[in-house]
Amino acid sequence: MNDAAVKKLALSNFWVAFIAFILACFMGEYQVLERSGLFPPLESAPVYFASVSTHGVLMAYVLTTFFIMGFGYFTAATSLKRPIWNIKLAWTGFAVTLFGVVLAAIPLLTGRASVLYTFYPPIHAHYIFYIGAALLVVGSWMWCYIMIMMMKQWKQDNPGEPVPLAMFATVANAFLWLWTSAGVAMEVVFQLIPFALGWMDTIDPGLARTLFAWTLHPIVYFWLIPAYIAFYVFVPKQAGGYLFSDEMARAAFIVLVVFSLPIGFHHLYMDPEQAAGWKMLHGFGTFVVTLPTFITGFTVIASMEIAARLRGGKGLLSWIGSLPWTNPMVLAIILSLLMLIFGGFGGIVNASYAMNAMIHNTAWVPGHFHLIFAGTTVIMYFAIAYYLWPIMTGKALFSKKMALVQLWTWFIGMTILTTPWHILGLLGQPRRISSVEYNSILTLAWEPYEFAMIVGGLVLLGSACVFIYILVMTQFKSTESFSGEVEYASTYHPVKNLPEFLNDFTLWNKVIAGLMALSFAIPILQFFFMDTHGSSPWGY
Amino acid sequence: MHIDPLEKKWGYISIGMAGLFVGIIMIDSFIHGIDAPSNVETINSARLHLTKEFAEDNLGVQVDEKGKITVRIVAARYGFFPKHVTVPAETPVTFRWASMDVLHGVHMPMTNMSTMIVPGYVSEVTTSFPKPAKYPLLCNEYCGLGHDHMWSNITVEAKETWQAPSITKTEETGNE
Repeated sequence: MNDAAVKKLALSNFWVAFIAFILACFMGEYQVLERSGLFPPLESAPVYFASVSTHGVLMAYVLTTFFIMGFGYFTAATSLKRPIWNIKLAWTGFAVTLFGVVLAAIPLLTGRASVLYTFYPPIHAHYIFYIGAALLVVGSWMWCYIMIMMMKQWKQDNPGEPVPLAMFATVANAFLWLWTSAGVAMEVVFQLIPFALGWMDTIDPGLARTLFAWTLHPIVYFWLIPAYIAFYVFVPKQAGGYLFSDEMARAAFIVLVVFSLPIGFHHLYMDPEQAAGWKMLHGFGTFVVTLPTFITGFTVIASMEIAARLRGGKGLLSWIGSLPWTNPMVLAIILSLLMLIFGGFGGIVNASYAMNAMIHNTAWVPGHFHLIFAGTTVIMYFAIAYYLWPIMTGKALFSKKMALVQLWTWFIGMTILTTPWHILGLLGQPRRISSVEYNSILTLAWEPYEFAMIVGGLVLLGSACVFIYILVMTQFKSTESFSGEVEYASTYHPVKNLPEFLNDFTLWNKVIAGLMALSFAIPILQFFFMDTHGSSPWGY
Repeated sequence: MHIDPLEKKWGYISIGMAGLFVGIIMIDSFIHGIDAPSNVETINSARLHLTKEFAEDNLGVQVDEKGKITVRIVAARYGFFPKHVTVPAETPVTFRWASMDVLHGVHMPMTNMSTMIVPGYVSEVTTSFPKPAKYPLLCNEYCGLGHDHMWSNITVEAKETWQAPSITKTEETGNE
């Protein structure tokens, strides 16, 4: 296999991801400073909203998409032990996605796309922003196609064999992303681009929000799945043990993909354009999708317990002390799971239908998704980078000690940032404000929390800089060479007689099609049968 | 396929937990009537001022013959109109919201009065406030560069001292 080619491809994708990440971290710290009101010269709504729009796009769409593509290529090549199928297409995908990002950046940075990363109409951005976003998605579809083809070809060459778990989960994510992105793609192509270009006089914000909700939930699983892949295929080995159950891992990924799709209306609980019955149906599905996370928690913790006991750990809980806490991957998962527990608790509050009214669009919401995305998920992106960088560059990690400090400070910073953020939400602070202009006694209670968020943001920014520093030093300055390969965890119970439905997605795509028709067909079609009134554009 | 007995037990426990949450939500909805605002009612936001219901003189607090209290408020960049309303505590109050322009959202901190206000649709929330207080009404969806300034006040008065406006007939129909 052409090892150097795949390493170059993966590294290029990873670098775009992490450059976007570090730029967005600086914006994040500026935003907490600006928003606190403690630094009057900084205050500017136009700059703040341009920054928060760019921060959201870079973190949620650029960091994630490029990281997932890079990780997917490397996983496919190493787990299947074959070269990337059609590597030209892979580079085309990289170029199209990057071109989309550059296009979208122009209106974003000039304040002509300050529509936040959710871009809800009838406020609209410059049309270049939507075209850039559409190209980003189209480029990522090429990645999906390559992943699906590689699994298909491997299965033809190895009939009856179980697809390696890492690849199975990667292809699960590719199918998930194709289904997920269809909603926002319809919104952008049929509504937002013609609207922003002035080809359409009005737009129906109800339909637009419904299509966006299609994408809005499963997209977070698209971002999360690489972290779960690391949980299952890297952590057990790094901890010194075995994966507890391969079959349950596959089942968890399948349920994750199938049930993260038909549940997007939990983002529309407070919306007038969808009826209570549909919201409740999507609400039930939301609780079904907690199951694979419960299963993942069990399987992964069981795998770590096996490792700890093999290392001499004893007792009901004191085995935790016997884990190799100085292994970056192991430390990262421990911190990741801690954030997942608290973030998951918050998520259940959000999911709880009418209870959502207490926190909807308050500061609680960004507090929640920073904890679960920037915390649980991104800390695993770091651990994956620390693990793969020496393998991809052939140079030893610049400093393991520094990597451990970086992971700890990311966890501590995220705790200091998101705890007050959640509290501010419970105290009624709206998300998405650039300053507190309310002449109300209530807002006095908000100030100490705003200050704590600045401190949390500073710790995170420092941690992010150390992360980039370690990667740069490893790749360009390290003199010590490294010759290891990726090691995938083996399974405690060897896989025998894997049923085809745990080794293939044909059946599951049909199930998804059925569930999507059930939960979205009428809610979308209603807009064409109801007597609706479009909204005229509010642009820049 | 192999499933460890421990894992099977944990699977049942997980299903039980998810089922418990779903059960509580259903009890709250079907027995206590606590639902999300979901009336699916359209209105022409561009002609809001020409509709009967959201014409200027029809906004604010109204009480019908049966004593039902309805508050109609228009959301528009960057304020809520009327600027200030007073409602009684411990009494069901129905809010009806409509946007004149872009997407807004509104909530009253510490209460469950929360809804998105989507142009083209009327949002309706019924709730009752347990005790008298002064609350801010805050716009919670980005609606433009002046979004920070979009807020207003609502006073919840003791039931006994609250002065009902003279009984008026409501115009819930006639929206176009």
